[in-house]
Amino acid sequence: MTLAASAKQISPPRAPTLRRAWQKVSPYTYIAPFFTLFAAFGLFPLIYTAFVSLYRVELQTPGDMEWRGLGNYTALLSDEFFWTSLRNTFTIGVLSTVPQLVMALGLAHLLNYRLRGRTFLRTAMLLPYATSVAAATLVFAQLFGRDFGLVNYCLGLVGVGPVDWQTGTVASQIAVSSIVIWRWTGYNALIYLAGMQSIPSELYEAAEMDGASRWRQFFHVTLPGLRPTIVFTVIVSTIGATQLFGEPLLYEGSMSGGISHQYQTLGLYMYEQGWGFFHLGRAAAIAWLMFLLILVLVGVNALIARRRSHKEAGR
Amino acid sequence: MPIARAARRATVRLGAVVLAGTLLAACGGPSDEASDGAGGKVTVTVDLFGSFGYKEAGLYAEYEKLNPGVTIKQTDTEDEADYWKSLQTRLAGGGGLADVQGIEVGRIASVTQQQADRFEDLRKYGADELKSQFAEAKWAAATASNGAVLGLGTDVGPEAMCYRSDLLRQAGLPTDRGELATKWSTWDGYLELGKKYKEKAPAKSAWIDSVGSLYSIMIGQEKERYYDASGKLIWETNPALKTAWDTSVEAARSGLSAKLDQWSPQWNQAFAAGSFATIPCPAWMLGYIKGQAGDAGKGKWDIAALPGGAGNWGGSYLAVPKAAKNKKEAYELVKWLTAPEQQAKLFQKQGNFPSSTGAIDQVADATDPYFNGAPIGRIFGEAAKAAPVQVLGIHDQNVAQQITNALSEVERKGTAPDKAWSNARKGVANTIG
Repeated sequence: MTLAASAKQISPPRAPTLRRAWQKVSPYTYIAPFFTLFAAFGLFPLIYTAFVSLYRVELQTPGDMEWRGLGNYTALLSDEFFWTSLRNTFTIGVLSTVPQLVMALGLAHLLNYRLRGRTFLRTAMLLPYATSVAAATLVFAQLFGRDFGLVNYCLGLVGVGPVDWQTGTVASQIAVSSIVIWRWTGYNALIYLAGMQSIPSELYEAAEMDGASRWRQFFHVTLPGLRPTIVFTVIVSTIGATQLFGEPLLYEGSMSGGISHQYQTLGLYMYEQGWGFFHLGRAAAIAWLMFLLILVLVGVNALIARRRSHKEAGR
Repeated sequence: MPIARAARRATVRLGAVVLAGTLLAACGGPSDEASDGAGGKVTVTVDLFGSFGYKEAGLYAEYEKLNPGVTIKQTDTEDEADYWKSLQTRLAGGGGLADVQGIEVGRIASVTQQQADRFEDLRKYGADELKSQFAEAKWAAATASNGAVLGLGTDVGPEAMCYRSDLLRQAGLPTDRGELATKWSTWDGYLELGKKYKEKAPAKSAWIDSVGSLYSIMIGQEKERYYDASGKLIWETNPALKTAWDTSVEAARSGLSAKLDQWSPQWNQAFAAGSFATIPCPAWMLGYIKGQAGDAGKGKWDIAALPGGAGNWGGSYLAVPKAAKNKKEAYELVKWLTAPEQQAKLFQKQGNFPSSTGAIDQVADATDPYFNGAPIGRIFGEAAKAAPVQVLGIHDQNVAQQITNALSEVERKGTAPDKAWSNARKGVANTIG
């Protein structure tokens, strides 16, 4: 920049028009790299996926494309496995997101106190997030083993019979959710912590003078102050839950999400169709339905958040 | 070491830019020469699944010694389904393929019928002359309709029954292979014996590992399984398949199974823990048992003839993709690895049963001390001779997977067999559709 500026000063006659033109163009050139990359790796795949979803395409014979129109989509709507995976995505999403965010909130609240070794504790919180999905899932799969797993061993000590953490619908979904919870709680806690620290301490002092207990402070000062942060984490977790893939895939290494599809998520079903059965067209249709689903979910989230803040403002 | 030292000197003298140049040149050198062939250095890459056992049997080392300048690099995926999926992705993209790719017999129909243009016709390199070495059916299955030879046979999977004689003894059952073979000459006899075992079995020990493996070994005894000779899907109405299904369901309902999914980590752990007394074993399973049960299992295992006659489960081919870098060298390696001498050696060390007729004669007297000195050459040789020549189809593997999944539901969740059967039908429709 400084170089360019000084160069222009040296040649004054041509400068005004050129400079004006540059001023107009320059913002676009600055953002161009991002948008070029986005067009190549974001927009193009998105549109191409939509194109592929209208055909019958098999990975083994990619040359033969057969026009199906919306056939792939209508087939999905009457596909039992699609609805199962949609339902699983939802239940696993709730099973993992709700406890995760509640626990994160509690942990953030605790970490907000003056504790000994606070920095260490805060760093430790982030460690699960830094491990790879694959490594974490493989360890959890061992812990949840039916015959030789640690979880069943501990349950056995308190007299609860061995649970088949792979076969049961509820049991397997809890097991998969626990991996998600373990990995993301600390991450969300840190985000909440940052949000809490931006709440002015005068509010707490005032509340304390009014005789509010810790609990009341938490509910009436912390929570309202955190609302934007909570909305953000809910949206991000919802998107994450909709796309959940690695954990259920690696839990038993089965693309079908267990022998009866009991924990197959939408992402996994898409993968099974595309890379297990090689039906690329159908997989592309699932991808687009997922995309639309996420748009709707995020829209609903935003709508609720806005309605609430309107109410708040009106009060 | 010398390379590192030279590199350091270069850095000191000429700086980083020049170093980068020399390194690039050094990398480029060998592969440039490789295309000239003789005298050059070449790295042949081999990509396999499961346990082919070449490395373990020392065959690569031997080949490298015989062919100075050739280095063999192997990558291996344990689960064939994962391997196949990644191979298909790379075939579609045309990149990242190894010089030699393994192909399971359940997939060979897909290769000859759908992807004949993606693999080298090995006749180009003179594979024709090898035809007489191989069992006829093995050779025919890898030949495309235009006569192209797309792969050379490695092993076949003649079936037998492996058992833990120590566990059978504890339950008061006979442990002699001959006696067992007569007692379980039929599958009903096998289940009967299983029920007796269950009465007196040591704690936490079942008769068989999973009903999925029982089904797989039984369907291996049939000529027609999922397709008929005209290429039509017939599995739903195939009486032989129904028999295998019903027997498996009965085993599940009688509580004879340890309920372990094959190839799962739990299944692997169970070999050493003694969770099951018998396991249907195609020849290639011997190496797997040795690997999982370890030295502690030596002498405890034994092998007897299979109930209900001979069968075949699995076996493989080695193929050279069109997109491979060193096709000529790859073919030479494949030819050597599948030659009778090497197949015989592999069987003696790893248990993979030869598909080469010459090798079958060579190993007729082989025994295996790990399996209590069982005459594996005779047991598997007889099974290989008597096994039916199976009709192969494009979706064999996928259909089989759906059926074993449904059987697992019966076994592990107590799903009603009719419901599980209809689940299998839906699953197959979803897979093929």
